[in-house]
Amino acid sequence: MINKHKNGWARAGRIAKRTLAVAELAMSKLFLLVIGALSLPALAAYDVDIPPPATAIASEIYNLHYYILIVCVVIFVAVFGAMFYSIFKFRKSQGAKPDVNFHESTLIEIIWTVIPFIILIAMAIPATSTILAMKDSSNPDLTIKVVGYQWGWQYEYQQDGVSFYSSLATPWAQVGQPGVPATEARGPNYLLEVDNPMVVPVGKKVRLLITSNDVLHGWYVPALGVNQYGIPGFIKDSWFKVEKAGTYKGQCSQICGKLHGFMPITVVAKSPADYDAWVKEAKTKFAIPTADSPAVAPVAVATLVDEPGKKWTLDELKKAGESIYSANCAACHQADGKGNPAMKAKALDGSPIVTGPKAGQIAILLKGRPNTQMGGFDRLSDVELAAVATYSRNSWGNKVGDTVQPADIKSARK
Amino acid sequence: MSATTHPADHAADHHDHKPYGLSRWLFTTNHKDIGTMYLLFGLLMAIVGGFLSLGIRAELFMPGLQILQPETFNSFMTLHGLIMVFGAVMPVFVGFANWLIPMQIGAADMAFPRMNNWSFWLLPPAAILLAGSFFVEGGAIQSGWTLYPPLFTQSGISGDMTILAVHILGASSIMGSINIVTTVLNLRAPGMTLMKLPLFVWTWLITAYLLIAVMPVLAGAVTMLLTDRHFGTSFFNAAGGGDPTMFMHIFWFFGHPEVYIIILPAFGIVSQIIPAFSRKPLFGYASMVYATSSIAILSFIVWGHHMFTVGMPAAGQLFFMYATMLIAVPTGVKVFNWIATMWRGSLTFETPMLWALGFLFMFTMGGFTGLVLAITPVDITLHNSYYVVAHFHYTMVAGASFAIFGGVYFWWPKWTGKMYNESFGKLHFWWTTIGFNLTFFPQHFLGLAGMPRRIPDYALQFAEWNMISSIGAFFLAAGQIFFMITLWLSYKSGAPAKDRQWEGADSLEWTHLPSPVPYHTFETVPVLK
Amino acid sequence: MSAHTGGYYFAPPSKWPLVGSTALFLMAIGGVLAMNSIQPGGWIFLAIGSAVLVWMLFGWFGDVIGESEKGLYDKQVDMSFRWSMSWFIFSEVMFFAAFFGALFYARVYSVPWLADMDNRLLWDSFSAAWPTAGPYFDPNPAYQFSAMSAWGIPALNTMLLLSSGATITWAHWGLLQNKRNQLVMGLFLTILLGVVFLGFQVYEYVHAYSDLNLKLTSGIFGSTFYLLTGFHGFHVTLGATMLIVILVRSMKGHFTAERHFAFEAVAWYWHFVDVVWLGLFVVVYWLV
Ligand code: HEA
Ligand code: HEA
Ligand code: CUA
Ligand SMILES: [Cu+2]
Repeated sequence: MINKHKNGWARAGRIAKRTLAVAELAMSKLFLLVIGALSLPALAAYDVDIPPPATAIASEIYNLHYYILIVCVVIFVAVFGAMFYSIFKFRKSQGAKPDVNFHESTLIEIIWTVIPFIILIAMAIPATSTILAMKDSSNPDLTIKVVGYQWGWQYEYQQDGVSFYSSLATPWAQVGQPGVPATEARGPNYLLEVDNPMVVPVGKKVRLLITSNDVLHGWYVPALGVNQYGIPGFIKDSWFKVEKAGTYKGQCSQICGKLHGFMPITVVAKSPADYDAWVKEAKTKFAIPTADSPAVAPVAVATLVDEPGKKWTLDELKKAGESIYSANCAACHQADGKGNPAMKAKALDGSPIVTGPKAGQIAILLKGRPNTQMGGFDRLSDVELAAVATYSRNSWGNKVGDTVQPADIKSARK
Repeated sequence: MSATTHPADHAADHHDHKPYGLSRWLFTTNHKDIGTMYLLFGLLMAIVGGFLSLGIRAELFMPGLQILQPETFNSFMTLHGLIMVFGAVMPVFVGFANWLIPMQIGAADMAFPRMNNWSFWLLPPAAILLAGSFFVEGGAIQSGWTLYPPLFTQSGISGDMTILAVHILGASSIMGSINIVTTVLNLRAPGMTLMKLPLFVWTWLITAYLLIAVMPVLAGAVTMLLTDRHFGTSFFNAAGGGDPTMFMHIFWFFGHPEVYIIILPAFGIVSQIIPAFSRKPLFGYASMVYATSSIAILSFIVWGHHMFTVGMPAAGQLFFMYATMLIAVPTGVKVFNWIATMWRGSLTFETPMLWALGFLFMFTMGGFTGLVLAITPVDITLHNSYYVVAHFHYTMVAGASFAIFGGVYFWWPKWTGKMYNESFGKLHFWWTTIGFNLTFFPQHFLGLAGMPRRIPDYALQFAEWNMISSIGAFFLAAGQIFFMITLWLSYKSGAPAKDRQWEGADSLEWTHLPSPVPYHTFETVPVLK
Repeated sequence: MSAHTGGYYFAPPSKWPLVGSTALFLMAIGGVLAMNSIQPGGWIFLAIGSAVLVWMLFGWFGDVIGESEKGLYDKQVDMSFRWSMSWFIFSEVMFFAAFFGALFYARVYSVPWLADMDNRLLWDSFSAAWPTAGPYFDPNPAYQFSAMSAWGIPALNTMLLLSSGATITWAHWGLLQNKRNQLVMGLFLTILLGVVFLGFQVYEYVHAYSDLNLKLTSGIFGSTFYLLTGFHGFHVTLGATMLIVILVRSMKGHFTAERHFAFEAVAWYWHFVDVVWLGLFVVVYWLV
């Protein structure tokens, strides 16, 4: 690697050149070192592999990946063996003379077209059988509807009548903010922990019906071999059958806006007996909302029990409304009610609808606004909606002074 | 050779016609001026895009949120992708095309010099719209460069700025490509048959064809986004019978050919460099042309591999998997031909050759990870993870950008008439190679372990590799400052370059033109035997 | 730059590209402002931008026509124009392909999917009929609409465009045989047919909005219907405008039987618009 060109500023002198040559050599050595170091198995403490599979499909994927990887590495070594051989053998500095007639050979071209083709077929065969197995979601033992929200999940157990929300449990104090360091120490499950995990029985085929309420999300748990977009307005299915009890973690895989990175998934697989016990408990903890038995909002506001006919005071409603607001509305409209122009979320503070006649606001709360990201919240109970309406009418700069009673909501639902 | 004979009245006309000052650049119809503007514009955008990538890597240096709000992070990530692809790499390759195609086919200029200038001057308005979107209410778009609705539909004003920027960029690319296709098909010197074209010209001919075919499709897709946002249509809204998945299909029908638009000119550059430093003709010229064409044709039927997780039927997954895997065959042919070119050659390792070899080695790694992703079941577990990020940086940075660097060093003497410092060039190569691998190799591990892409903060198990990756990124970026210094020094005080600086280079610009190339080339058309 | 290099004409430096970019930039800013109801800035920028664009078009094409009439364009330049016009039309084909693709996708995939078993969970009463405004809008009386019948105005419009294809060919024959009157007459008829087509199209839109309740907002049917026909109508408008330019040039005595690529280019374009219409007629109106 001696510089053969006499360029104008070679005046920088031999010393500079020699330093550079040394630096170059060092760099190339360092390069090999880096590559070497990165592939050291001694680094097993760092994650370098697909998480241990917990379903048959995930194991197939795991093995398939290794199979492909090994084939590729073998080809790579062969091909670049030839390249490095040329680099060392056919150097001009070693007196190599170019064989200018060696530049065309139909036979060789055919060989290196056909061989890769055959290798590809050998890769495609196991992949095909895995795809067919993966796609067969028939005869499930259990069906769960999964709905992505900005930013959390809802799980609706079709047979067991259980429905609940599952969202990030890591406190923001562990995350910190630009310029504001985190005030709490980060736990081992930082950003991977949820308030209510999805619970499933071991050894049962669980079919997921995945959709979304707003934008695209991705229900992604590597150990279960599932990664499926939730597409608003469409149901797409996927399935898994966990083989051993345990806790499996994943995250939302498709960008869904601001808190996309804060939308973890936890699946807890329990023995069928434990699962049944969990169902029993869950039935009371989060029953599916019906006209007579209201749902419980994502954040536990269990204290908010409606007694039919009860007239609530402004303070009671406002207090309850605050937590409902922060669980359901603040992601878009912000805690300070100022809205978020980036998301086209209108400001509620000073909004003519919020501060206008009750009926207008209730209609939007129930039905949403078509063609916007404001969906209807009719899944919330009468008292919850009444509370959040009252809260927004009487917070920040809004001073309407009236209350919205559960009865108002009830009559508007019809 | 430039001793051309002209009637006297014309001669004066020709040689005094080099305009000066700002208007030279604003109104120019000279392919070299326009090429230079493209290259400089691309460099500027690479700096902007590189700055954004450093923002990303700085935030990801350790767990927690330190410097960017999540929404700002998303804007950085999105604009990094858009700017690098549409603002940096594509324009740089068009710059190469402008400089080289007329010289390599023996033409005096591009077929439509005025339109050529328009293609360039459409870029700055588009860039202003994109970059300006950071400063409007709500900030730049946050949907990722793929612009998927409904998230994209939620964007503020920046959404419209982006859509219109894409329209303008599309117009620019289409006009530029029509110009290139016409020039290659119609302005070749007598005797320059299609099968004698230098491979760079061939790859650009095919690239231009791809651009003309898919840029309008992208324009159609963003037009539908626009009407969904403002005029109440329901293309991507299930409530009205549309489907967000439809956008993905249309986008990737554009998007996959787009990635070959980025890599084919790189293949072309490498196909010029390797024979030059092997002192031996390119191995399997004809099969290279056929392989490139096959890649282009196959690229239209593989788009579904970006969508294995949308819930498409098994038949769709199988079709797209097989079709995608097939692309490994022609790409393999190219890789083998390059290596066979070196075989029994007489090799030297000047800077351009180092870049070409780095390209060969690392692009192939990126190709192999592409193949891993093409295996549908494996993609299920790797989709939208950092493995994908590693894959496409191996193809687009170690692939496309390495070829760009190699090409710049290769043709710099021809363009400027000055030599650069070889040691500096080589140092830049090793610096970039190490920085690059340090940045992106660990991302394979992150992806395998399940770290999703497009997140501003991550679980603790991903901390070590992210830190290494971020250190690598800053090291890598610093190397590019060294690159600019190297070129600047050469520009100011480099040794004069020879007309045929590389003894093994045999295309027309080396054999028929002096270094630097005069403002007007080939005023008499060269005739080839 | 040199006026003739080896015979091929390379244009000298020109301000028009920059003017054109400025125009598009202003229009983009105006568009952004107007769509986000930032007034009156939006319309002002749009108006200025459009005016600059018109100026550019006159100036640039004026230069090209001048060069052509001066005889600066040789056979090879002519060939360049032919290649480039063909590729341009190919790019337009792909533009339309995106919208046709959307219609195809909606009819074959998304609408049936929305009505399948699994989606009962979300849209319990939706059935996959075409036309549709989608599962959310369909049950709402405010969104009930009827589709446009193919055998009224649309069929008539098909006839009009097909005849205009014939008249422009007739005009071309006139040009080739140096029958200038036939050329002018043919062009005039073509433009007339085009304008009547556009008139009918406008009438049809009014009818759709006021009588059929078929609007741009009528779900996927309205979206594809108006985008496809509207984008086509826009192309007819462009084509007709170009035809008018050709007509004026013909009346001024431009073009000869041997050299008249501008005429041919516009004729190609017109035929292209015609073929697109046939596609539209079949998939948008007929196969409802
Ligand atoms: C220059 C750009 C470029 C290039 C050239 C490629 C090349 C390839 N890409 Fe890549 N790709 C991208 C840019 C590129 N890609 C980008 C930007 C994305 C992400 C977009 C986003 O979501 O933002 C992406 C994503 C992407 C995905 C989707 C991942 C996901 O989101 O889940 C897939 C899946 O199939 C894929 C596959 C491939 C394949 C099979 C090739 C092949 O062309 C590679 C072929 C090459 C080789 C295989 C190596 C050489 C061959 C041999 C030595 C022969 C012998 C080999 C065998 C027999 C195996 N790519
Ligand atoms: C060609 C395209 C290109 C290039 C060059 C780069 C360069 C870099 N990118 Fe990448 N990147 C993308 C295209 C590109 N990127 C895309 C499409 C995405 C996806 C966005 C999305 O998810 O929507 C992405 C996303 C992306 C992510 C993931 C973000 C996330 O998911 O949250 C990260 C994180 O580390 C990253 C880092 C980097 C770094 C450190 C570099 C460094 O290599 C930068 C250092 C600079 C250079 C090496 C110079 C390159 C030189 C040129 C381009 C030409 C110069 C011109 C002349 C010589 C004339 N990029
Ligand atoms: Cu939900 Cu990302
Ligand atoms: Cu692809």
